[in-house]
Amino acid sequence: MEEKVREIIQQYSGDKSYLVPILQDVQKEFNYLPKDALCAVSAHLSVPISRVYEVATFYKAFSLKPKGRYQLSLCLGTACHVRGAELIARNMEDILGIEEGDTTADLEFSFETVGCLGACALGPILVVNGDYHGHMNSAKSTKILKKLGKKVTTDDEQD
Amino acid sequence: MMSKIKSLDELKSVQEKFRAGRDPNRPCITVCVGTGCLAYGTKKLVDGFRAELAKRDLAGKIDFRTTGCHGFCERGPMIVISPEKTFYQRVGLDDAAEIIDKTLLKGEIIDRLLYVDPATGEKIVREDDVPFYKKQTRLVFGLNSKIDPESIEDYLAIGGYGALGKALAGMKPDDIIREVIRANLRGRGGGGFPAGWKWDETRKAEGEPKYVICNADEGDPGAYMDRSLLEGNPHLVLEGMIIGAYAIGSSEGYIYVRNEYPLAVKNIHTAIRQAREAGLLGGDILGSGFSFDLKINRGGGAFVCGESSALFASLEGRAGEPRAKYIHATHKGLYDKPTNLNNVETWANVPFIIERGADWYRGIGTAGSKGTKIFSLVGKINNTGLVEVPMGTTLREIVFEIGGGIPDGRKFKAIQTGGPSGGCIPEQCLDMPVDFDELTKIGSMMGSGGMIVMDDRNCMVNVAKYFTNFLVNESCGKCVPCREGIRRMRDILIDITEGKGREEDVELLEKMSKGIVDGSLCALGGSAPNPVLSTIRYFRDEYVAHIKEKRCPAGVCRELIAYSVDQEKCTGCTVCAKVCPTGAAAGERKKAHSIDQAKCTKCGACRESCKFDSIIVR
Repeated sequence: MEEKVREIIQQYSGDKSYLVPILQDVQKEFNYLPKDALCAVSAHLSVPISRVYEVATFYKAFSLKPKGRYQLSLCLGTACHVRGAELIARNMEDILGIEEGDTTADLEFSFETVGCLGACALGPILVVNGDYHGHMNSAKSTKILKKLGKKVTTDDEQD
Repeated sequence: MMSKIKSLDELKSVQEKFRAGRDPNRPCITVCVGTGCLAYGTKKLVDGFRAELAKRDLAGKIDFRTTGCHGFCERGPMIVISPEKTFYQRVGLDDAAEIIDKTLLKGEIIDRLLYVDPATGEKIVREDDVPFYKKQTRLVFGLNSKIDPESIEDYLAIGGYGALGKALAGMKPDDIIREVIRANLRGRGGGGFPAGWKWDETRKAEGEPKYVICNADEGDPGAYMDRSLLEGNPHLVLEGMIIGAYAIGSSEGYIYVRNEYPLAVKNIHTAIRQAREAGLLGGDILGSGFSFDLKINRGGGAFVCGESSALFASLEGRAGEPRAKYIHATHKGLYDKPTNLNNVETWANVPFIIERGADWYRGIGTAGSKGTKIFSLVGKINNTGLVEVPMGTTLREIVFEIGGGIPDGRKFKAIQTGGPSGGCIPEQCLDMPVDFDELTKIGSMMGSGGMIVMDDRNCMVNVAKYFTNFLVNESCGKCVPCREGIRRMRDILIDITEGKGREEDVELLEKMSKGIVDGSLCALGGSAPNPVLSTIRYFRDEYVAHIKEKRCPAGVCRELIAYSVDQEKCTGCTVCAKVCPTGAAAGERKKAHSIDQAKCTKCGACRESCKFDSIIVR
């Protein structure tokens, strides 16, 4: 990992204004910002680690926690919202047992809601590792989670 | 690679060369590959066309072009076949061979791919006759369907960079500014501030260097016109920026674009490289001695960074917190230097004004708002998409004539404009002409141009809660009225939607709104109460129903509704039982089902799946 972080940092000069682009590249590489990487960036740009942390926690694009194998992004833009995306969000939270923005303990699923994906004709939209699933609803989202290997307990199985 | 163009004459001959290379009578298949259509899987269709054309040895006989967004996102994937302009929509991803063999080679129309006008039931062959397009004035956006955004040759072939040539060869910076002021070009990002005045201020300000920035941090949920312009016609935006930089006396610029728009980032990168190679960007542009270059900066996913001072902070590598603007950005902006920031669509209008003149431009629009505006028409609407209309078009024309009305025969309730800080407009205001000033008068705003249509199944208190919640999450936290005030408003709205509202809450919300508007540092807080205020103003009865009767009239707020089965309508098809994640919906086959309220999580799966409309929500 150290090697990879160094490689990313070396592409940029020591100009402080490169803080956000460097963190974007690190995030893209590892899907989160490892602590060691933040320290390396801090040293390279001569920016205090407190400010690196401030920037890393300010922008939504960054995550300090590792993400799951399946990254589920549900669009909660206004168009998707008025078409019932909120119901889908609740349903997915119920099934995954996590809140929006979290990752399951087994690192299988990360679930987040996003502002707007700008494909409103297809709304509500669920993106699974970059693949768009349009005209989503609660039942379809349950089906997708089942397909990805999430055990969905229905009442019959509980009995 | 193109060699550098060194003068206006050379530019003209290059344009002519590419124009001559495009025979308007040669058949051409145009496929929309904007982000919306790509989400339908259009890439497969494109690959299909390329393979089938190669197989039939038709290269040189039939042109094939991939373009940016055409706007009619509802009907994608879509193609247009020139010169007849035959319009095929909802094209199957395996339809390429059939389209080439039948339509291109034999001139036959494929019936099933035609658009059917829902009003008349008539099948429409030509793109221009589709009602969605017919009522629009696609001045800026219309060029998208004529060019491949990755080809500077295409842009030059339609006369691209002609305005820049005209400006550099024959106009002084002051002439350009005067023309833009006279055209009364107002900021399309939401503010509506006259661009020419801003340019003039920045030009006159002391300090070097001066910066010119394009704001492409399009954060309003449900708005994607800026993305589609950058994706579909990046050179148009560049051309506007270069003209602006020349008028202002700037040599350095930035494009601040959302990282969530990968295709836009890619296409603008390509366009900048091509423009540099062609001598249209960089040193000594078109041999005029004027130099200007651009960098791209990808945003970090913060809504507040659309605000100018927050955007500068972000460009400088800091957290995007706004600052008090006692001194305008035109004097002290990025790195405390004179800075001119305009939105994507504003820049895209500039080449038209320079090319055709302010008088022509003033002929479009209303007294106070000139030109056209691109709106993103989404939500409960038949024709979701991007529409461009002259300022002054009424909301009714946009929703019902262009947008085709509300799906499933439901009733129009409200249209929300202006993004999260805009307002909800009710039916009685639908005949109002849309421009910067009229929208403000009725408690909403133009914003960047999002229009979200809602029907009778949308709860207006829930919508107010949604926007307020969005703004709570996006508030940078710097100033107290915004950080704490909006949060408290949201808490009150949550209480109301959960049946815990108190009678004095509505008044309290109104009072708090005033404090937040007056006390907030930037426009995010300053306009944050708008969704609440406008829904109280026009839909007060819904607030009252939630508070007094503990009832959600639209059947949305989970804590106030219950799902049940209409015993008359239910056929016992068992679909609801199958989709119910908790086993609450159950019953014997061919007998009316029922829902166990103790188990029901109100996820809505049964209602979505029932084909007999037998799930009652009350």
